[in-house]
Amino acid sequence: MENIKIAIRDFNLHFGSKHVLKNINIEFPANKIVALIGPSGCGKSTLLRSLNRMHDLSPDARLEGDILLEDLPLLHPRTDVVAIRRKVGMVFQRPNPFPKSIYENVAFGLRLTGTHTEADIRTRVESCLQQSYIWEETKDELQKSALQLSGGQQQRLCIARAIAVEPEVILLDEPCSALDPISTAKIEDLLLELKNRYTIVIVTHNMQQAQRVADFTAFMYLGEVIEYGPTDQIFNQPQQMLTRNYVEGHFG
Amino acid sequence: MKRRTFWDRFYHRLFALAAGLCVLVLLGIFGMLLFNGFRFFESVSLWSFLGSSNWNPSAWGKATYGIGAMLWSTLLVSLGAMVLAVPLGIGTAAYLSEVAPGRVRDWIKPAIELLAAVPSVVVGFIGIVVIAPIISWIFGLSNGLNALNGSILLAVMALPTIISVAEEAIRSVPNTYKEGAYALGANSWTTLITVTLPACTSGLIAATMLGMGRVIGETMTVLMATGNANAMPHGFFDPVRTITATVAIEMGEVPYGTTHFYGLYALGAILFIITLIINLLAEGIAAKFRKQGR
Repeated sequence: MENIKIAIRDFNLHFGSKHVLKNINIEFPANKIVALIGPSGCGKSTLLRSLNRMHDLSPDARLEGDILLEDLPLLHPRTDVVAIRRKVGMVFQRPNPFPKSIYENVAFGLRLTGTHTEADIRTRVESCLQQSYIWEETKDELQKSALQLSGGQQQRLCIARAIAVEPEVILLDEPCSALDPISTAKIEDLLLELKNRYTIVIVTHNMQQAQRVADFTAFMYLGEVIEYGPTDQIFNQPQQMLTRNYVEGHFG
Repeated sequence: MKRRTFWDRFYHRLFALAAGLCVLVLLGIFGMLLFNGFRFFESVSLWSFLGSSNWNPSAWGKATYGIGAMLWSTLLVSLGAMVLAVPLGIGTAAYLSEVAPGRVRDWIKPAIELLAAVPSVVVGFIGIVVIAPIISWIFGLSNGLNALNGSILLAVMALPTIISVAEEAIRSVPNTYKEGAYALGANSWTTLITVTLPACTSGLIAATMLGMGRVIGETMTVLMATGNANAMPHGFFDPVRTITATVAIEMGEVPYGTTHFYGLYALGAILFIITLIINLLAEGIAAKFRKQGR
Protein backbone atom coordinates (compact mmCIF):
# COMPACT_ATOMS: atom_id res chain seq x y z
CA MET A 1 0.00 0.00 0.00
CA GLU A 2 1.46 3.32 -1.04
CA ASN A 3 1.55 6.44 1.09
CA ILE A 4 0.22 5.50 4.53
CA LYS A 5 -1.82 8.26 6.21
CA ILE A 6 -2.84 6.55 9.44
CA ALA A 7 -1.11 3.57 11.00
CA ILE A 8 -2.65 1.75 13.94
CA ARG A 9 -0.26 -0.53 15.84
CA ASP A 10 -1.13 -3.04 18.59
CA PHE A 11 -4.08 -0.93 19.56
CA ASN A 12 -6.28 -2.05 22.45
CA LEU A 13 -9.21 -0.24 24.00
CA HIS A 14 -11.05 -1.00 27.23
CA PHE A 15 -14.21 0.53 28.60
CA GLY A 16 -13.85 -0.18 32.31
CA SER A 17 -13.34 -3.92 32.46
CA LYS A 18 -14.68 -4.52 28.94
CA HIS A 19 -12.09 -5.24 26.28
CA VAL A 20 -13.68 -3.55 23.27
CA LEU A 21 -10.90 -3.41 20.67
CA LYS A 22 -8.30 -6.18 20.54
CA ASN A 23 -4.86 -5.93 18.99
CA ILE A 24 -5.79 -3.76 16.06
CA ASN A 25 -3.09 -3.46 13.42
CA ILE A 26 -4.24 -1.66 10.31
CA GLU A 27 -3.08 1.10 7.95
CA PHE A 28 -5.18 3.58 6.04
CA PRO A 29 -3.69 4.92 2.77
CA ALA A 30 -3.81 8.59 1.86
CA ASN A 31 -6.49 9.88 -0.53
CA LYS A 32 -8.47 6.67 -0.42
CA ILE A 33 -11.76 5.71 1.13
CA VAL A 34 -11.61 2.94 3.69
CA ALA A 35 -14.85 1.34 4.87
CA LEU A 36 -15.18 -0.35 8.24
CA ILE A 37 -17.91 -2.97 8.19
CA GLY A 38 -19.15 -5.56 10.65
CA PRO A 39 -22.14 -6.44 12.77
CA SER A 40 -23.44 -4.04 15.43
CA GLY A 41 -21.23 -3.89 18.50
CA CYS A 42 -18.12 -5.15 16.71
CA GLY A 43 -16.22 -1.98 17.62
CA LYS A 44 -16.05 -0.21 14.27
CA SER A 45 -17.46 3.08 15.57
CA THR A 46 -15.25 2.80 18.63
CA LEU A 47 -12.21 2.39 16.39
CA LEU A 48 -13.28 5.36 14.30
CA ARG A 49 -13.73 7.57 17.35
CA SER A 50 -10.26 6.64 18.55
CA LEU A 51 -8.81 8.37 15.50
CA ASN A 52 -9.71 11.85 16.76
CA ARG A 53 -9.58 11.07 20.46
CA MET A 54 -13.35 11.35 20.95
CA HIS A 55 -12.94 8.85 23.79
CA ASP A 56 -11.35 11.60 25.85
CA LEU A 57 -14.93 12.46 26.75
CA SER A 58 -15.59 9.10 28.40
CA PRO A 59 -13.61 8.85 31.62
CA ASP A 60 -13.57 5.04 31.79
CA ALA A 61 -12.02 4.50 28.35
CA ARG A 62 -8.44 3.16 28.36
CA LEU A 63 -6.42 3.23 25.15
CA GLU A 64 -3.16 1.33 24.60
CA GLY A 65 -0.86 1.02 21.62
CA ASP A 66 -0.05 3.50 18.90
CA ILE A 67 -2.01 5.42 16.33
CA LEU A 68 0.15 7.49 14.00
CA LEU A 69 -1.12 10.22 11.71
CA GLU A 70 1.93 10.31 9.50
CA ASP A 71 4.48 11.12 12.25
CA LEU A 72 2.07 12.46 14.82
CA PRO A 73 1.36 10.03 17.69
CA LEU A 74 -2.36 10.57 18.27
CA LEU A 75 -2.56 8.76 21.58
CA HIS A 76 0.48 10.38 23.15
CA PRO A 77 -0.67 12.39 26.18
CA ARG A 78 1.41 15.36 25.09
CA THR A 79 -0.10 15.53 21.63
CA ASP A 80 -2.56 18.43 21.58
CA VAL A 81 -6.03 16.99 21.18
CA VAL A 82 -7.31 20.21 19.61
CA ALA A 83 -4.63 19.99 16.93
CA ILE A 84 -5.60 16.36 16.28
CA ARG A 85 -9.24 17.24 15.80
CA ARG A 86 -8.34 19.99 13.35
CA LYS A 87 -6.42 17.46 11.29
CA VAL A 88 -9.00 14.71 11.70
CA GLY A 89 -12.54 15.91 11.08
CA MET A 90 -15.65 13.92 11.90
CA VAL A 91 -19.19 13.55 10.60
CA PHE A 92 -21.62 11.79 12.88
CA GLN A 93 -24.33 9.22 12.41
CA ARG A 94 -27.17 11.65 12.95
CA PRO A 95 -26.70 15.03 11.31
CA ASN A 96 -25.85 17.41 14.15
CA PRO A 97 -25.70 20.98 12.83
CA PHE A 98 -25.52 23.56 15.58
CA PRO A 99 -28.71 25.52 16.25
CA LYS A 100 -27.23 28.45 14.35
CA SER A 101 -27.53 29.74 10.81
CA ILE A 102 -26.18 27.76 7.86
CA TYR A 103 -23.41 30.31 7.47
CA GLU A 104 -22.41 30.22 11.12
CA ASN A 105 -22.31 26.43 11.13
CA VAL A 106 -19.61 26.38 8.48
CA ALA A 107 -17.84 29.40 9.94
CA PHE A 108 -17.74 27.83 13.42
CA GLY A 109 -14.43 25.99 13.03
CA LEU A 110 -12.82 28.99 11.34
CA ARG A 111 -13.82 31.35 14.12
CA LEU A 112 -12.24 29.07 16.74
CA THR A 113 -8.72 30.02 15.77
CA GLY A 114 -9.61 33.69 15.51
CA THR A 115 -7.05 34.17 12.74
CA HIS A 116 -9.42 34.58 9.81
CA THR A 117 -10.82 37.89 8.64
CA GLU A 118 -14.56 38.10 7.99
CA ALA A 119 -13.95 38.37 4.24
CA ASP A 120 -11.74 35.30 4.38
CA ILE A 121 -14.40 33.39 6.30
CA ARG A 122 -17.03 34.37 3.76
CA THR A 123 -15.06 32.97 0.82
CA ARG A 124 -14.21 29.81 2.75
CA VAL A 125 -17.83 29.24 3.72
CA GLU A 126 -18.91 29.60 0.12
CA SER A 127 -16.22 27.30 -1.19
CA CYS A 128 -16.94 24.62 1.41
CA LEU A 129 -20.66 24.74 0.69
CA GLN A 130 -19.83 24.37 -3.00
CA GLN A 131 -17.50 21.45 -2.37
CA SER A 132 -20.27 19.77 -0.40
CA TYR A 133 -22.80 20.31 -3.21
CA ILE A 134 -25.16 22.25 -1.00
CA TRP A 135 -24.34 25.77 -2.20
CA GLU A 136 -27.02 25.89 -4.90
CA GLU A 137 -29.74 24.95 -2.41
CA THR A 138 -28.70 27.34 0.33
CA LYS A 139 -26.95 30.32 -1.25
CA ASP A 140 -30.01 32.57 -0.95
CA GLU A 141 -30.75 31.72 2.67
CA LEU A 142 -27.43 31.40 4.42
CA GLN A 143 -28.88 33.13 7.48
CA LYS A 144 -31.64 30.54 7.85
CA SER A 145 -31.37 28.18 10.82
CA ALA A 146 -29.54 25.03 9.84
CA LEU A 147 -32.15 23.04 11.71
CA GLN A 148 -34.73 23.91 9.05
CA LEU A 149 -32.82 21.96 6.40
CA SER A 150 -33.77 18.41 5.50
CA GLY A 151 -31.77 15.53 7.00
CA GLY A 152 -29.73 15.02 3.83
CA GLN A 153 -28.97 18.73 3.53
CA GLN A 154 -28.01 18.85 7.20
CA GLN A 155 -25.56 16.00 6.71
CA ARG A 156 -23.97 17.70 3.69
CA LEU A 157 -23.77 20.87 5.79
CA CYS A 158 -21.98 18.88 8.48
CA ILE A 159 -19.50 17.68 5.85
CA ALA A 160 -19.02 21.29 4.73
CA ARG A 161 -18.46 22.23 8.37
CA ALA A 162 -15.87 19.48 8.75
CA ILE A 163 -13.88 20.40 5.63
CA ALA A 164 -13.95 24.11 6.43
CA VAL A 165 -11.05 23.71 8.85
CA GLU A 166 -9.10 21.89 6.12
CA PRO A 167 -8.50 18.58 7.87
CA GLU A 168 -6.32 15.87 6.39
CA VAL A 169 -8.63 13.02 7.34
CA ILE A 170 -12.42 12.86 7.48
CA LEU A 171 -14.11 10.24 9.65
CA LEU A 172 -17.71 9.38 8.91
CA ASP A 173 -19.76 7.30 11.33
CA GLU A 174 -22.63 5.76 9.35
CA PRO A 175 -23.33 9.15 7.78
CA CYS A 176 -26.26 7.91 5.69
CA SER A 177 -28.08 5.67 8.15
CA ALA A 178 -30.64 8.38 8.89
CA LEU A 179 -31.06 9.46 5.26
CA ASP A 180 -33.24 8.52 2.29
CA PRO A 181 -31.72 6.87 -0.82
CA ILE A 182 -31.49 10.09 -2.85
CA SER A 183 -29.69 11.97 -0.10
CA THR A 184 -27.47 8.92 0.37
CA ALA A 185 -26.53 8.93 -3.31
CA LYS A 186 -25.62 12.63 -3.09
CA ILE A 187 -23.38 12.02 -0.08
CA GLU A 188 -21.69 9.09 -1.80
CA ASP A 189 -20.95 11.18 -4.91
CA LEU A 190 -19.58 13.83 -2.61
CA LEU A 191 -17.27 11.38 -0.85
CA LEU A 192 -15.87 10.15 -4.17
CA GLU A 193 -15.14 13.75 -5.04
CA LEU A 194 -13.62 14.57 -1.65
CA LYS A 195 -11.18 11.68 -1.59
CA ASN A 196 -8.97 13.55 -4.05
CA ARG A 197 -8.18 15.99 -1.28
CA TYR A 198 -8.76 14.05 1.93
CA THR A 199 -8.25 10.63 3.41
CA ILE A 200 -11.63 9.20 4.31
CA VAL A 201 -12.60 6.50 6.79
CA ILE A 202 -16.26 5.53 6.82
CA VAL A 203 -18.17 3.20 9.10
CA THR A 204 -21.15 1.70 7.35
CA HIS A 205 -23.77 -0.97 7.86
CA ASN A 206 -24.68 -0.84 4.23
CA MET A 207 -22.57 -3.29 2.26
CA GLN A 208 -23.67 -1.90 -1.09
CA GLN A 209 -22.45 1.48 0.10
CA ALA A 210 -19.06 0.07 1.03
CA GLN A 211 -18.79 -1.50 -2.43
CA ARG A 212 -19.84 1.72 -4.14
CA VAL A 213 -17.45 4.10 -2.42
CA ALA A 214 -14.63 2.30 -0.64
CA ASP A 215 -11.23 1.48 -2.11
CA PHE A 216 -10.41 -0.71 0.85
CA THR A 217 -12.65 -2.48 3.33
CA ALA A 218 -11.96 -3.84 6.78
CA PHE A 219 -14.29 -6.43 8.25
CA MET A 220 -14.47 -6.34 12.05
CA TYR A 221 -15.98 -8.85 14.41
CA LEU A 222 -16.07 -8.83 18.23
CA GLY A 223 -13.45 -6.13 18.52
CA GLU A 224 -10.98 -7.56 16.04
CA VAL A 225 -10.12 -6.80 12.44
CA ILE A 226 -10.81 -10.15 10.80
CA GLU A 227 -9.88 -9.21 7.27
CA TYR A 228 -8.66 -6.10 5.47
CA GLY A 229 -7.98 -5.59 1.80
CA PRO A 230 -9.19 -4.04 -1.44
CA THR A 231 -12.99 -3.75 -1.35
CA ASP A 232 -13.38 -5.98 -4.38
CA GLN A 233 -11.45 -8.75 -2.70
CA ILE A 234 -13.31 -8.51 0.61
CA PHE A 235 -16.66 -8.83 -1.10
CA ASN A 236 -15.83 -11.25 -3.89
CA GLN A 237 -12.94 -13.43 -2.71
CA PRO A 238 -12.85 -13.17 1.08
CA GLN A 239 -10.07 -15.24 2.59
CA GLN A 240 -11.82 -15.83 5.89
CA MET A 241 -14.93 -17.93 6.41
CA LEU A 242 -16.30 -15.33 8.86
CA THR A 243 -15.96 -12.55 6.31
CA ARG A 244 -17.67 -14.60 3.63
CA ASN A 245 -20.58 -15.42 5.91
CA TYR A 246 -21.01 -11.76 6.78
CA VAL A 247 -20.77 -10.26 3.29
CA GLU A 248 -23.08 -12.96 1.94
CA GLY A 249 -25.58 -11.98 4.61
CA HIS A 250 -25.58 -15.14 6.73
CA PHE A 251 -25.41 -13.07 9.89
CA GLY A 252 -25.17 -9.43 10.81
CA MET B 1 -66.52 -4.53 36.17
CA LYS B 2 -69.20 -2.03 37.03
CA ARG B 3 -67.62 -1.41 40.40
CA ARG B 4 -64.29 -0.76 38.78
CA THR B 5 -65.67 1.80 36.34
CA PHE B 6 -67.34 3.54 39.25
CA TRP B 7 -64.06 3.98 41.14
CA ASP B 8 -62.29 4.82 37.95
CA ARG B 9 -64.71 7.65 37.36
CA PHE B 10 -64.68 8.66 40.99
CA TYR B 11 -60.93 9.21 41.03
CA HIS B 12 -61.03 10.87 37.64
CA ARG B 13 -63.51 13.41 39.00
CA LEU B 14 -61.63 13.77 42.28
CA PHE B 15 -58.38 14.74 40.57
CA ALA B 16 -60.19 17.01 38.13
CA LEU B 17 -61.71 18.71 41.14
CA ALA B 18 -58.29 19.16 42.74
CA ALA B 19 -56.90 20.70 39.56
CA GLY B 20 -59.95 22.89 39.17
CA LEU B 21 -59.61 24.06 42.76
CA CYS B 22 -56.10 25.40 42.06
CA VAL B 23 -57.36 27.48 39.17
CA LEU B 24 -60.31 28.61 41.24
CA VAL B 25 -58.04 29.77 44.06
CA LEU B 26 -55.89 31.71 41.61
CA LEU B 27 -58.91 33.39 40.05
CA GLY B 28 -60.28 34.07 43.52
CA ILE B 29 -57.11 35.83 44.63
CA PHE B 30 -56.91 37.87 41.48
CA GLY B 31 -60.60 38.74 41.73
CA MET B 32 -60.26 39.81 45.34
CA LEU B 33 -57.24 42.00 44.56
CA LEU B 34 -59.03 43.66 41.67
CA PHE B 35 -62.33 44.09 43.51
CA ASN B 36 -60.75 45.71 46.57
CA GLY B 37 -58.28 47.59 44.42
CA PHE B 38 -61.13 49.17 42.48
CA ARG B 39 -62.70 50.34 45.72
CA PHE B 40 -59.47 52.26 46.29
CA PHE B 41 -59.77 54.07 43.00
CA GLU B 42 -63.20 55.35 43.98
CA SER B 43 -61.44 57.88 46.20
CA VAL B 44 -57.96 58.14 44.64
CA SER B 45 -57.28 58.72 40.97
CA LEU B 46 -55.14 56.22 39.06
CA TRP B 47 -52.94 59.10 37.96
CA SER B 48 -52.11 60.29 41.47
CA PHE B 49 -51.52 56.67 42.46
CA LEU B 50 -49.06 55.91 39.66
CA GLY B 51 -47.74 59.42 39.11
CA SER B 52 -46.80 60.42 42.63
CA SER B 53 -43.99 59.05 44.71
CA ASN B 54 -45.34 60.22 48.01
CA TRP B 55 -47.01 57.49 50.08
CA ASN B 56 -48.37 59.01 53.26
CA PRO B 57 -51.78 57.53 54.06
CA SER B 58 -51.91 58.68 57.68
CA ALA B 59 -51.08 62.33 57.07
CA TRP B 60 -53.40 64.80 58.81
CA GLY B 61 -55.92 66.30 56.48
CA LYS B 62 -54.36 65.38 53.18
CA ALA B 63 -53.35 61.74 52.84
CA THR B 64 -51.31 60.89 49.73
CA TYR B 65 -51.13 57.57 47.96
CA GLY B 66 -48.24 57.56 45.46
CA ILE B 67 -46.67 54.27 44.48
CA GLY B 68 -43.68 55.76 42.59
CA ALA B 69 -40.98 55.44 45.23
CA MET B 70 -42.06 51.92 46.20
CA LEU B 71 -42.31 50.74 42.63
CA TRP B 72 -38.89 52.07 41.80
CA SER B 73 -37.50 50.55 45.02
CA THR B 74 -38.92 47.15 44.13
CA LEU B 75 -37.51 47.30 40.62
CA LEU B 76 -34.14 48.58 41.83
CA VAL B 77 -33.69 45.85 44.43
CA SER B 78 -34.92 43.17 42.03
CA LEU B 79 -32.71 44.28 39.16
CA GLY B 80 -29.70 44.44 41.45
CA ALA B 81 -30.47 40.95 42.67
CA MET B 82 -30.73 39.63 39.11
CA VAL B 83 -27.48 41.28 38.05
CA LEU B 84 -25.78 39.37 40.86
CA ALA B 85 -27.72 36.11 40.66
CA VAL B 86 -28.00 35.42 36.93
CA PRO B 87 -24.28 35.19 36.05
CA LEU B 88 -23.56 33.37 39.28
CA GLY B 89 -26.48 31.00 38.84
CA ILE B 90 -25.83 30.18 35.19
CA GLY B 91 -22.13 29.80 35.92
CA THR B 92 -22.86 27.39 38.74
CA ALA B 93 -25.33 25.49 36.57
CA ALA B 94 -22.77 25.21 33.79
CA TYR B 95 -20.16 23.99 36.25
CA LEU B 96 -22.49 21.41 37.74
CA SER B 97 -23.70 20.03 34.44
CA GLU B 98 -20.55 20.27 32.32
CA VAL B 99 -17.46 20.35 34.48
CA ALA B 100 -17.99 18.99 37.98
CA PRO B 101 -17.06 15.36 38.60
CA GLY B 102 -19.96 13.24 39.81
CA ARG B 103 -18.88 13.23 43.43
CA VAL B 104 -18.53 17.00 43.70
CA ARG B 105 -21.90 17.39 42.05
CA ASP B 106 -23.52 15.03 44.55
CA TRP B 107 -22.38 17.35 47.34
CA ILE B 108 -23.06 20.74 45.80
CA LYS B 109 -26.52 20.05 44.46
CA PRO B 110 -28.16 19.15 47.78
CA ALA B 111 -26.37 22.10 49.37
CA ILE B 112 -27.93 24.46 46.85
CA GLU B 113 -31.33 22.89 47.37
CA LEU B 114 -30.91 23.40 51.12
CA LEU B 115 -30.23 27.06 50.44
CA ALA B 116 -33.81 27.32 49.22
CA ALA B 117 -35.01 25.91 52.52
CA VAL B 118 -33.48 28.68 54.64
CA PRO B 119 -36.43 30.70 56.04
CA SER B 120 -36.55 34.22 54.64
CA VAL B 121 -36.57 35.68 58.15
CA VAL B 122 -33.20 34.02 58.77
CA VAL B 123 -31.83 35.46 55.53
CA GLY B 124 -33.06 38.89 56.63
CA PHE B 125 -31.40 38.42 60.00
CA ILE B 126 -28.09 37.61 58.28
CA GLY B 127 -28.58 40.77 56.24
CA ILE B 128 -28.85 42.84 59.40
CA VAL B 129 -26.01 41.34 61.42
CA VAL B 130 -23.54 40.29 58.68
CA ILE B 131 -24.11 41.99 55.34
CA ALA B 132 -25.05 45.44 56.66
CA PRO B 133 -21.83 45.96 58.69
CA ILE B 134 -19.75 44.72 55.77
CA ILE B 135 -21.45 47.12 53.35
CA SER B 136 -21.11 50.09 55.67
CA TRP B 137 -17.47 49.20 56.28
CA ILE B 138 -16.54 48.74 52.61
CA PHE B 139 -18.34 51.81 51.30
CA GLY B 140 -17.90 54.01 54.37
CA LEU B 141 -21.63 54.41 55.02
CA SER B 142 -23.21 55.11 58.37
CA ASN B 143 -25.76 52.39 57.79
CA GLY B 144 -25.68 49.22 55.72
CA LEU B 145 -29.41 48.67 55.55
CA ASN B 146 -30.07 49.71 51.96
CA ALA B 147 -31.05 48.55 48.48
CA LEU B 148 -27.69 46.86 47.90
CA ASN B 149 -28.15 44.75 51.02
CA GLY B 150 -31.57 43.67 49.79
CA SER B 151 -30.19 42.86 46.34
CA ILE B 152 -27.45 40.67 47.78
CA LEU B 153 -29.86 38.73 49.98
CA LEU B 154 -32.45 38.34 47.25
CA ALA B 155 -29.74 37.15 44.87
CA VAL B 156 -28.90 34.39 47.31
CA MET B 157 -32.56 33.49 47.60
CA ALA B 158 -33.03 33.42 43.82
CA LEU B 159 -29.95 31.26 43.22
CA PRO B 160 -31.48 27.84 43.96
CA THR B 161 -34.32 28.48 41.49
CA ILE B 162 -32.02 29.84 38.80
CA ILE B 163 -29.43 27.10 39.23
CA SER B 164 -31.80 24.18 39.15
CA VAL B 165 -33.78 25.41 36.15
CA ALA B 166 -30.64 26.48 34.25
CA GLU B 167 -28.89 23.21 35.01
CA GLU B 168 -31.81 21.25 33.66
CA ALA B 169 -31.75 23.39 30.52
CA ILE B 170 -28.02 22.92 29.96
CA ARG B 171 -28.31 19.21 30.60
CA SER B 172 -31.04 18.94 27.98
CA VAL B 173 -28.72 20.13 25.18
CA PRO B 174 -28.11 17.06 23.01
CA ASN B 175 -24.68 15.53 23.39
CA THR B 176 -24.34 15.52 19.61
CA TYR B 177 -23.97 19.33 19.62
CA LYS B 178 -21.06 19.12 22.01
CA GLU B 179 -19.46 16.27 20.07
CA GLY B 180 -19.80 18.30 16.90
CA ALA B 181 -17.99 21.22 18.48
CA TYR B 182 -15.26 19.05 20.00
CA ALA B 183 -14.74 17.34 16.64
CA LEU B 184 -14.01 20.73 15.10
CA GLY B 185 -11.30 21.38 17.64
CA ALA B 186 -13.23 23.47 20.15
CA ASN B 187 -12.13 23.20 23.77
CA SER B 188 -14.67 22.74 26.52
CA TRP B 189 -14.90 26.46 27.34
CA THR B 190 -15.56 27.46 23.73
CA THR B 191 -18.05 24.64 23.37
CA LEU B 192 -19.93 25.84 26.43
CA ILE B 193 -20.01 29.49 25.37
CA THR B 194 -20.61 29.17 21.64
CA VAL B 195 -22.70 26.00 21.38
CA THR B 196 -24.15 24.66 24.61
CA LEU B 197 -25.43 27.86 26.24
CA PRO B 198 -26.87 29.37 23.02
CA ALA B 199 -28.61 26.05 22.36
CA CYS B 200 -30.56 26.36 25.61
CA THR B 201 -31.22 30.11 25.66
CA SER B 202 -34.93 29.62 26.21
CA GLY B 203 -34.28 27.53 29.30
CA LEU B 204 -31.83 30.11 30.64
CA ILE B 205 -34.36 32.88 30.13
CA ALA B 206 -36.98 30.81 31.90
CA ALA B 207 -34.53 30.34 34.78
CA THR B 208 -33.93 34.10 34.94
CA MET B 209 -37.61 34.93 34.87
CA LEU B 210 -38.50 32.39 37.52
CA GLY B 211 -35.75 33.82 39.70
CA MET B 212 -37.13 37.29 39.05
CA GLY B 213 -40.61 36.18 40.08
CA ARG B 214 -39.21 34.79 43.30
CA VAL B 215 -37.33 38.02 44.00
CA ILE B 216 -40.10 40.51 43.31
CA GLY B 217 -42.55 38.81 45.63
CA GLU B 218 -40.12 38.32 48.51
CA THR B 219 -41.20 40.26 51.59
CA MET B 220 -39.64 39.43 54.94
CA THR B 221 -36.02 39.67 53.82
CA VAL B 222 -36.35 43.08 52.19
CA LEU B 223 -38.48 44.31 55.05
CA MET B 224 -35.68 43.50 57.46
CA ALA B 225 -32.61 44.44 55.47
CA THR B 226 -33.38 47.43 53.28
CA GLY B 227 -33.97 50.15 55.86
CA ASN B 228 -37.63 50.81 54.98
CA ALA B 229 -37.35 54.50 54.14
CA ASN B 230 -40.33 55.38 52.04
CA ALA B 231 -38.63 57.85 49.77
CA MET B 232 -37.45 57.86 46.19
CA PRO B 233 -34.05 56.09 46.19
CA HIS B 234 -31.20 57.63 44.20
CA GLY B 235 -29.03 54.53 44.09
CA PHE B 236 -28.15 51.26 45.71
CA PHE B 237 -26.81 52.93 48.85
CA ASP B 238 -30.15 54.50 49.73
CA PRO B 239 -32.53 52.73 52.09
CA VAL B 240 -35.67 51.63 50.26
CA ARG B 241 -39.10 50.27 51.03
CA THR B 242 -40.52 47.84 48.51
CA ILE B 243 -44.18 47.26 47.67
CA THR B 244 -44.20 43.96 49.52
CA ALA B 245 -42.64 45.44 52.65
CA THR B 246 -45.19 48.28 52.65
CA VAL B 247 -48.11 45.89 52.54
CA ALA B 248 -46.61 43.73 55.27
CA ILE B 249 -45.84 46.67 57.53
CA GLU B 250 -49.12 48.54 57.15
CA MET B 251 -51.64 45.72 56.87
CA GLY B 252 -51.51 45.00 60.58
CA GLU B 253 -52.56 48.44 61.73
CA VAL B 254 -54.80 49.76 59.00
CA PRO B 255 -58.48 50.29 59.92
CA TYR B 256 -60.74 47.94 57.98
CA GLY B 257 -62.58 49.40 55.01
CA THR B 258 -60.70 52.69 54.76
CA THR B 259 -59.11 54.09 51.64
CA HIS B 260 -55.75 53.10 53.08
CA PHE B 261 -56.97 49.52 53.50
CA TYR B 262 -58.06 49.32 49.88
CA GLY B 263 -54.83 51.04 48.84
CA LEU B 264 -52.85 48.07 50.14
CA TYR B 265 -54.96 45.82 47.91
CA ALA B 266 -54.11 48.09 44.99
CA LEU B 267 -50.42 47.58 45.81
CA GLY B 268 -50.99 43.83 45.83
CA ALA B 269 -52.75 44.05 42.47
CA ILE B 270 -49.84 45.99 40.97
CA LEU B 271 -47.41 43.36 42.27
CA PHE B 272 -49.57 40.62 40.83
CA ILE B 273 -49.71 42.36 37.46
CA ILE B 274 -45.91 42.79 37.40
CA THR B 275 -45.28 39.09 38.05
CA LEU B 276 -47.96 38.21 35.51
CA ILE B 277 -46.20 40.32 32.87
CA ILE B 278 -42.84 38.74 33.72
CA ASN B 279 -44.29 35.26 33.37
CA LEU B 280 -46.01 36.06 30.08
CA LEU B 281 -42.79 37.59 28.73
CA ALA B 282 -40.84 34.52 29.81
CA GLU B 283 -43.35 32.25 28.07
CA GLY B 284 -43.25 34.37 24.94
CA ILE B 285 -39.47 34.49 24.72
CA ALA B 286 -39.15 30.81 25.48
CA ALA B 287 -41.68 29.96 22.79
CA LYS B 288 -39.90 32.13 20.25
CA PHE B 289 -36.55 30.47 20.92
CA ARG B 290 -38.14 27.04 20.85
CA LYS B 291 -39.51 27.75 17.39
CA GLN B 292 -36.15 29.01 16.16
CA GLY B 293 -34.36 26.08 17.70
CA ARG B 294 -36.34 23.29 16.03
